[in-house]
Amino acid sequence: MKIETVLAHPSDWLRGDGPHHQIVISSRVRFARNLRTRAFPGWAKKAERSQILEEIKPRVDELPEMQDAFSEYMQELTALDKQVLVERHLISREQAAKNAGSAVVINRKQTLSIMINEEDHLRMQALRSGLQLKNVFKLLDKVDSALEQKLDFAFHPRLGYLTACPTNVGTGMRASAMVHLPALVLSEQINQIIQAVNKIGLAVRGLYGEGTEAMGNLFQVSNQTTLGEKEDEIITRLNQVIEKLIEHEQNARQLLLQKRLGTLLDQIGRAFGILTHAHSMTSKEALNLLSFMKLGVDLGFFPDDHRPVIDELFMETQPAHLQKSSQQKLQVEERDALRAGIIREKLKTFPEPDIGPNPEPEDGGSEKPDDE
Amino acid sequence: MICDLCKTSEASVFLTEIVEGKMKKVNLCDSCSKARGVDDPTGFALADLLLGLGAAQEIERGSGSAQRCPGCGFSHADFKKTGRLGCAQCYETFGEGLNSLLKAMHKGTHHTGKVPSRIARQLERDSAFKNLQRDLLKAVAEENYESAAQIRDQLRQLETSQDTA
Repeated sequence: MKIETVLAHPSDWLRGDGPHHQIVISSRVRFARNLRTRAFPGWAKKAERSQILEEIKPRVDELPEMQDAFSEYMQELTALDKQVLVERHLISREQAAKNAGSAVVINRKQTLSIMINEEDHLRMQALRSGLQLKNVFKLLDKVDSALEQKLDFAFHPRLGYLTACPTNVGTGMRASAMVHLPALVLSEQINQIIQAVNKIGLAVRGLYGEGTEAMGNLFQVSNQTTLGEKEDEIITRLNQVIEKLIEHEQNARQLLLQKRLGTLLDQIGRAFGILTHAHSMTSKEALNLLSFMKLGVDLGFFPDDHRPVIDELFMETQPAHLQKSSQQKLQVEERDALRAGIIREKLKTFPEPDIGPNPEPEDGGSEKPDDE
Repeated sequence: MICDLCKTSEASVFLTEIVEGKMKKVNLCDSCSKARGVDDPTGFALADLLLGLGAAQEIERGSGSAQRCPGCGFSHADFKKTGRLGCAQCYETFGEGLNSLLKAMHKGTHHTGKVPSRIARQLERDSAFKNLQRDLLKAVAEENYESAAQIRDQLRQLETSQDTA
């Protein structure tokens, strides 16, 4: 499969049809694995890195899950192609920075991706829409078990799977869910929630993982530790926390509907107005406004069959996707103009928010000006 | 206040950071802070930034500063620079320092999850190897050289099968 084919087809996980998909965008599990007798990629000399790559890549390519896969050396990909894969969460930012000596293999549905010579010899991840961490884990576990028959993984009886960074030792597993929490942000409960989640040993991060900003009210929740707990214990714990987050977000949404309908409608109406009329828009602004459109669909202010348009725009307005679709390198201003244009075009047939009969203005809320 | 590192000089640099909701304070004297590059943010040990303050120190204490991993030549100074290890064997080489680091970092100190089936077989082989070695000593002690030679051959066979595994 060619990179063009990958880029032309949206990832399966983006379809937004998984369980709890209104709030949980995706579930992801990754394993870090290393060969027993080889230096880790960051320490191995160039020649050894190539040897490692040639040892691992054929084994990955022959996996039944990787039939008709996209399999490529990092130096064969352009910076833009790599960035598109990052935006789809199919490779890490670290891997995108790699060239000769590293590779990536992605299955046809784009639900399984295996990076070779990232920070560890193998970083494999499975990714699905909605909340289905257990299914995602099962898929990856199967792939891992097939690979361990053919590759000699570094494993210590007491410490488990050995990884380049001591923070990953043990299971080598990071399980995460990407959640959309606009109501918790709007009602200013989000910081409390993040602190509570942190307290039980889970990490909350922005859209693209470590050190990234939370945009579009999107957050990644993942396990922080990897040693001393079984894989299914970690998954179960994370799952419970995500279910709690869903509950809190739903409560916050109900509360907004009941107590702060004016604010809510204002946010959704503004998002609609700006998105359908702006001529220049940064990706950050687009994400933040699309977040309220998504909330609007969730709450029934827009018809549900218009949901896919919003979900697609989340990805299509990302910088690399935008440049890829325009087939040229763009300056920032050109990009922002193009982004606004694509959004206007896509939302052309989008109905205005259906605010129902006479929404009650909230206490102290602003009066709606009369139509002229 | 005395420097936390050299424990002799007066501390003049006071570092505070929040790690997993807990406040960590480190007091350093002028020369220790310079030695660790604290006064120069770009020279600050990456290991400390990534793994928590004192991580690099911990590794050094556990292994002795001159030690290099026999598997890959990695040293504690490399760890300090990168916050990463060189190879699987480094976990043995720097074991002592790593263990306390891992203890602070993780929920437990023992892996309880998945074990590769290859390792399970390996453990089996190891115990077979030990049994044969014991039998060999016994045979030699009993001056039963014919059987000792047999056992030695078996051991060699087991060894080569391990090498190709």
